[in-house]
Amino acid sequence: MDFDFQTIAFLGFAAVAAIAALAAIAARNPVHAVLWLVLTFFSVACTWIVGGVEFLGIALVLVYVGAVMVLFLFVVMMLDMDKAPIRQGYVRYLPIGLLVAVAMLLEMLALIGVRSAAQAPLADNAAVAAGIPNTNWLAHALFTDFMLPFEVAAVILTVAVVAAVMLTLRRREGARHQNPSEQVRVRAAERVRMVKMAAETPVVDGQAGEGA
Amino acid sequence: MANLVSALTLGHYLALGAVLFCISVAGLFLNRKNVIMLLVSLELMLLSVNINFVAFSRSLGDAAGQVFVFFILTVAAAEAAIGLAILVTLFRNRRTIDVADIDSLKG
Repeated sequence: MDFDFQTIAFLGFAAVAAIAALAAIAARNPVHAVLWLVLTFFSVACTWIVGGVEFLGIALVLVYVGAVMVLFLFVVMMLDMDKAPIRQGYVRYLPIGLLVAVAMLLEMLALIGVRSAAQAPLADNAAVAAGIPNTNWLAHALFTDFMLPFEVAAVILTVAVVAAVMLTLRRREGARHQNPSEQVRVRAAERVRMVKMAAETPVVDGQAGEGA
Repeated sequence: MANLVSALTLGHYLALGAVLFCISVAGLFLNRKNVIMLLVSLELMLLSVNINFVAFSRSLGDAAGQVFVFFILTVAAAEAAIGLAILVTLFRNRRTIDVADIDSLKG
């Protein structure tokens, strides 16, 4: 039996990912759960890079570990929740949860694992065969065949940002803020008031001014 | 089983995806009180789907699978942002994120 370094590395990263995922769902503290989830994402990104899918591996680390998980941590730490009621029912649902998960895993592995694991190794990397990096290979597909979905994805992200801001924005009583639409719509007549009044006359002692 | 350590196969990736998916399903069962833990399990589930996409894209030499993972990452980021925003609004109004307490629509 010969050992392939790539496969050994994959198995190591996969084991770390599975253990971290188990720890994530079993963690008592939500902050710990999110941190274990970060380790899971990182290990899975490593397995992708081992398999030659470099761009998505880096994107997973940047997008998930860098942005989404930080958002999770931010929200978890901002919400002040007590842990005791959250754990209610954990023991009650443990047997059924384990039963369903193990049965499903066995079925899936019976479907895919035993047969395909014995088959031929993974085909040669298509990007390497074409003589270009994985990122170029992906970009060719993304900016030709998938141009419209790419732009739709950008719109979805924009809508999501606007929706998230609108959901969490609230007007506090007594806070001073500007109203841009009112500022834009303002007219000169509302700001400057012309007042008709007599020109000011100097006050002179006695009747001296009359004769001059 | 001879290929377990001698060569990287499609089965390796599919098995990893299946394991992570089942772990996340167990997580949905166990942590059904806490919305944040449910979201964590959902993210794990999306990740296992992405592993399958990457594995088949790599195995078939087709870029479409990896492009799809790109889009799933986009949508998952949007989902996480909006979901957490709803969670913050919910906590602000009800002072709880326990799923059992959010039953105003129940008749």
